[in-house]
Amino acid sequence: MGYVISFEEANKIFADLQDEYEIWAPKRFVGMGRYSDTDLIKYDKVSTVEEIEYMDKSDFPAKEVLTPISESMFYFTEDEFIESKATNKKLLIFMRPCDIHAQHHQERIYLQNGGYADMYYKRMNEKVKIVMMECTVGWDTCYCISMGANKTEDYSMAVRFEDGQLRMDVKDEVFAPYFEEKEEISFQPEYVEKNQLTLDIPEIPNKEVLTKLKNHPMWQEYNKRCISCGACTIACSTCTCFTTTDIIYNENSNVGERKRTSASCQIKGFSDMAGGMSFRNTAGDRMRYKVLHKFHDYKERFKDYHMCVGCGRCIDRCPEFISIVAAVNKMSKAVDEIVAEENK
Amino acid sequence: MNNIMKPTACKILEVIKESIHEYTFKVAVDMKIEHGQFLQLSIPKIGEAPISVSNFGDGWMDFTIRSVGKVTDEIFRKEAGDTLFLRGAYGKGWPVEQFKDKHMVIITGGTGLAPVKSILNLFYDQPDYVKSVTLIAGFKNEDSIIFKGDLDRWKEKFTTYYTLDKDQKEGWNTGFVTEFVSKVDFEKFGDDYEVVLVGPPPMMKFTGLEAVKCGVPDEKIWVSFERKMSCAVGKCGHCRIDEVYVCLDGPVFNYTQAKYLVD
Repeated sequence: MGYVISFEEANKIFADLQDEYEIWAPKRFVGMGRYSDTDLIKYDKVSTVEEIEYMDKSDFPAKEVLTPISESMFYFTEDEFIESKATNKKLLIFMRPCDIHAQHHQERIYLQNGGYADMYYKRMNEKVKIVMMECTVGWDTCYCISMGANKTEDYSMAVRFEDGQLRMDVKDEVFAPYFEEKEEISFQPEYVEKNQLTLDIPEIPNKEVLTKLKNHPMWQEYNKRCISCGACTIACSTCTCFTTTDIIYNENSNVGERKRTSASCQIKGFSDMAGGMSFRNTAGDRMRYKVLHKFHDYKERFKDYHMCVGCGRCIDRCPEFISIVAAVNKMSKAVDEIVAEENK
Repeated sequence: MNNIMKPTACKILEVIKESIHEYTFKVAVDMKIEHGQFLQLSIPKIGEAPISVSNFGDGWMDFTIRSVGKVTDEIFRKEAGDTLFLRGAYGKGWPVEQFKDKHMVIITGGTGLAPVKSILNLFYDQPDYVKSVTLIAGFKNEDSIIFKGDLDRWKEKFTTYYTLDKDQKEGWNTGFVTEFVSKVDFEKFGDDYEVVLVGPPPMMKFTGLEAVKCGVPDEKIWVSFERKMSCAVGKCGHCRIDEVYVCLDGPVFNYTQAKYLVD
């Protein structure tokens, strides 16, 4: 059912919803950006429509609501394990279509991979209801169409932000009571139909070609360009890797916690083992590992789609202006070269 | 809700000092285990690490640990009667059913002997399980030799080549394990054999190449990998190589797959 509501009406609905829900949306933090005089846009709890940043793309993805960059798993008192607690409320999250698609990748790893379900993810994921933020234009770093992530029907409500009012598609019955006596309209959200960037993802025909691609000189470019800061993977909507660390509280060494923190395969040390063994010791090797994971290995394992939704945040965040689109297109050329050489 | 990351408290029954840096911890456990699997061992406030099971029986498991990191150093301070926290067992272990009635060639480097100790004991205790066992076990030097008693015992029933990388030792060979692969008469085994390789990555790489050079087909070679892990259940991503997760699809891999994996 479609509705049109004023910001004032929306804020009343937000107030009612907050008895049961935490409302999360992209929010602008003025002056908090990484460079002087720039803002930061990231997910945070909101209680009014005006707090939602709906004009610009958020710097960081919606995944942070469910899997924060740092999360406590257990609290220790001597050697007793006490599980951390999650919020008691349900979660209503405003997301663009790319971020919604990314949740499927998150679910696949946290809930399905290997047949093990991660409790910390599951207990949050079960609480989620999605409000899809209509996204019809995108930005110059977006390539959601190439990834098939520009459209989705996976939402409870969809919203178009207009000047002082919202047009909404309310699909999920649980939200119908909040819209009683509101003005009904016919409304269907629209989607991005054209991106400035397109991606040419190579088909890698066999393991021999794959091995040659791994050893292709194209990756050496990143030894010079990539500074291995990990900004791309932290901003990535689909990356899930983490490291667990135990800490001891300064005030009392009998008490501490086990926490997990987002990890990046782009940072040296990701694969280091006790005893000194390490793998992928150059930025080029690490770039190869990331790009092949997203555009080959993941699909090879799960068979259906690649591990990228084309949100372009990795391109936005890279301080060295490395574009994953350019990297994949280069990889495509390299595969063509290798295949042509093999067919000689 | 079931929390797969939450370990169980288990009592240490015995600590056996194998060498200066390698101790075996015998722990009372009631978890199910298969040959070649591993568990996550942890100490609250210190951390967690994946450790392979070197031997097991009814209600107990052995973990042979090298003190090379924060967690393992702390485990070394533990004594019989102390507690270790365990979760698992995880991963795909040795295909022991496939090993039945075959000639087995087992090649190990250093502590790589630990993940195969339980199958060596299986073959030792049940002589009809396999047709024969050839064990090539290499160590860096005399100080790094582990399972001394077992090595002596296995000598009685198995064909053995024990070697130190560079040092001399009475009754032992000198040289890398790769140098002894060609001493195995694979032809004599016909089609009826399997090869197991475990050790540091360079050792496995070169021993694999050497075995292939000696005419061993890829599908008869089995390796066990060791990688950094935080979760051991396919979530943290640290152990992923190409499309496989060492924690889920390994640690034991057939060489047909392993030879293509590039970290």
